[in-house]
Amino acid sequence: MLPYFTSKFGNAASRNHAFGWVAEEGVDYAREQVAKLIGCTEKEIIFTSGATEADNLGIKGVYEMYQDKGNHIITATTEHKAVLDTCKHLEKLGAKVTYLKVKEDGLIDLQELEAAMTPETILVTIMYGNNEIGVVQPIKEISAIAHKFGALFMTDATQAVGKIPVNVNADGIDLMAFSAHKMYGPKGVGVLYVRRKNPRVKVTAQIDGGGHERGMRSGTLNVPGIVGLGKACELCRLEMESEATRLSALRDKLEKSLSELEESYVNGNTQHRLPHVSNISFKYVEGEGLMMAMKDLAVSSGSACTSASLEPSYVLKSLGLSDDLAHSSIRFGLGRFTTEEEIDYAIENTKKAVLHLRDLSPLWEMFKDGVDLSKIEWAEH
Amino acid sequence: MAYSEKVMEHYTNPRNVGTLNKDSKSVGTGLVGAPECGDVMRLQIEVDDNNVITDAKFKTFGCGSAIASSSLATEWLKGKTVDEALAIDNMDIVEELALPPVKIHCSVLAEDAIKSAINDYRVKNGMEPIELAKSHH
Repeated sequence: MLPYFTSKFGNAASRNHAFGWVAEEGVDYAREQVAKLIGCTEKEIIFTSGATEADNLGIKGVYEMYQDKGNHIITATTEHKAVLDTCKHLEKLGAKVTYLKVKEDGLIDLQELEAAMTPETILVTIMYGNNEIGVVQPIKEISAIAHKFGALFMTDATQAVGKIPVNVNADGIDLMAFSAHKMYGPKGVGVLYVRRKNPRVKVTAQIDGGGHERGMRSGTLNVPGIVGLGKACELCRLEMESEATRLSALRDKLEKSLSELEESYVNGNTQHRLPHVSNISFKYVEGEGLMMAMKDLAVSSGSACTSASLEPSYVLKSLGLSDDLAHSSIRFGLGRFTTEEEIDYAIENTKKAVLHLRDLSPLWEMFKDGVDLSKIEWAEH
Repeated sequence: MAYSEKVMEHYTNPRNVGTLNKDSKSVGTGLVGAPECGDVMRLQIEVDDNNVITDAKFKTFGCGSAIASSSLATEWLKGKTVDEALAIDNMDIVEELALPPVKIHCSVLAEDAIKSAINDYRVKNGMEPIELAKSHH
C-alpha cells in the first residue's frame, strides 16, 4: 500500500499520464485479486468506502432500479444495522419490507421465507455469516427460493469472505457486500459485487459525479486502500483452508473449556457457523462487568450496559434469548494472529472473572440456594 | 470508554461483599433492579440499638460501575446513623467514582438500594416506610 501514498500517488482515473496509469494498474491488479477470491469477473466489482456503503448501494440501488417490477424486500431481524437501517429508510419512501424472524439457533426458516415471497418481491437480502454469533445461513437454498420467485438475492458477506469459501456462482449470489478491514485489510474500503450474467444486474448509483465504477459509484478511488484490499484477498485465499481448520480448533477448545463452567450457554447454531466467532452467555454475571474483569482481552458483549442506547443485543434477542442471558453474553472473535497461548490465557482469565463475579452476584447466591428467580417480584419491571 | 481507577479498585478489591441474616430484626435488606435490566443490587445493613449502622454488605449483578456504586455505598454506610444514611445522594456517588453520564443510573440504583434496606429495617421494627423515589429504568 505504502508506495501508493507517496511515489505512486496518481489518480487511477487519470487517463492521460503515467502517474494515472501506474495507479490504475494497482487498482486493476486488486480487482483481479478480489475476483479470484469470490469467483467472479473484474467487471463485476465496484469499490466502495466499506461494507456499509456497499449494503446501501446494493439495497437502495436495486430498489430504485427495479421499482417498476415491485417494491417488496425481504430481510431478517439479525442483519447488520447497515442493512436494517437502509431497509427502514426505504420503508419511509414506500418500500414494503419483511423482516424474517430466525429460529432459536439463529437460522432462517426456509418455509417462512418461501411463504413471504410475493410477485412484488424484488430483493431478498440475507447475511452470509453473522457477526455476533457466527451463524452461517443456508445461502444456496435461500438464493434458490429468491430466484424461483423472480427476485434478486443479495448477501452481506463481510464476516464470511476470506474466512470460508464463498463463490458467487456456486452460491447463486447476485449482489454481495464486504469490506477489507474484516479480512485484515485497511479500513475505508469495501466491495459491492454486482452480477453481469445470468442475469445482468444493475443498481442505480447512490453517489453521482462522473460515473466511475461503470456509472454505479462515482468518486476518486481510494487507491492505497484498494491495493491493500486486493492483497488481503490474496492472502486470505491462499491461507483460507489452513486458517479455517486452525481457528475452528482454537474456538472449539475455548468453547469446550468455558462450557465446563456451570450455567454457561453457547449462543447460535454450532454446526453451521464461521470458524472464528464464539458467543457465550455466563448466567448470573453481567457482560460489561465481565469485560472489565478480562481487561487484557479484547472482546465484546451483548449487554445493554455496553451500548449507548442501553438496549441489549438485538441479535441475541432475535434468538429468543431472555434479557438476562443477553446481558450475560460475551463474544470472542479469533483471527489470523490468535495463538494457542492466547486462547489458554483467555480460558484461564475468563474462568477467573466469571467465578469472581459470581461471588459478587446476588442472583448466583439465590440460584445456589434453590430460589426460583422467575417467581421473584423485582422492584423494577 | 476506559474505566476510572476508582471503579476498577472497587471491582478488584470490593469492600463488604457478603450476606447478613435477612431474618434478623436488626438487619434491613434492600433488593432493587431486575435481571432483565442487567442490574440487580442487594444491599444489607445491620443496625444497633442506637440506630447506628454497624455493618453493611452487598452483592451486585451488573456492570463495573454498578458494582463500584454499591460497594462504595456499603463503605459510606458503616458508622452512620440511619438518618445520616438517608441523606446519601446518588450524585455523591457519581462524583466520588467519576461516573460518566451514561452510568449515572447505576448510582441512582445504589441510592435506591440504601433506602430500600432502610425501609425493610423500619417496617420490621414497627415503623413507617419512607417514600422511595420513582423507578428509574
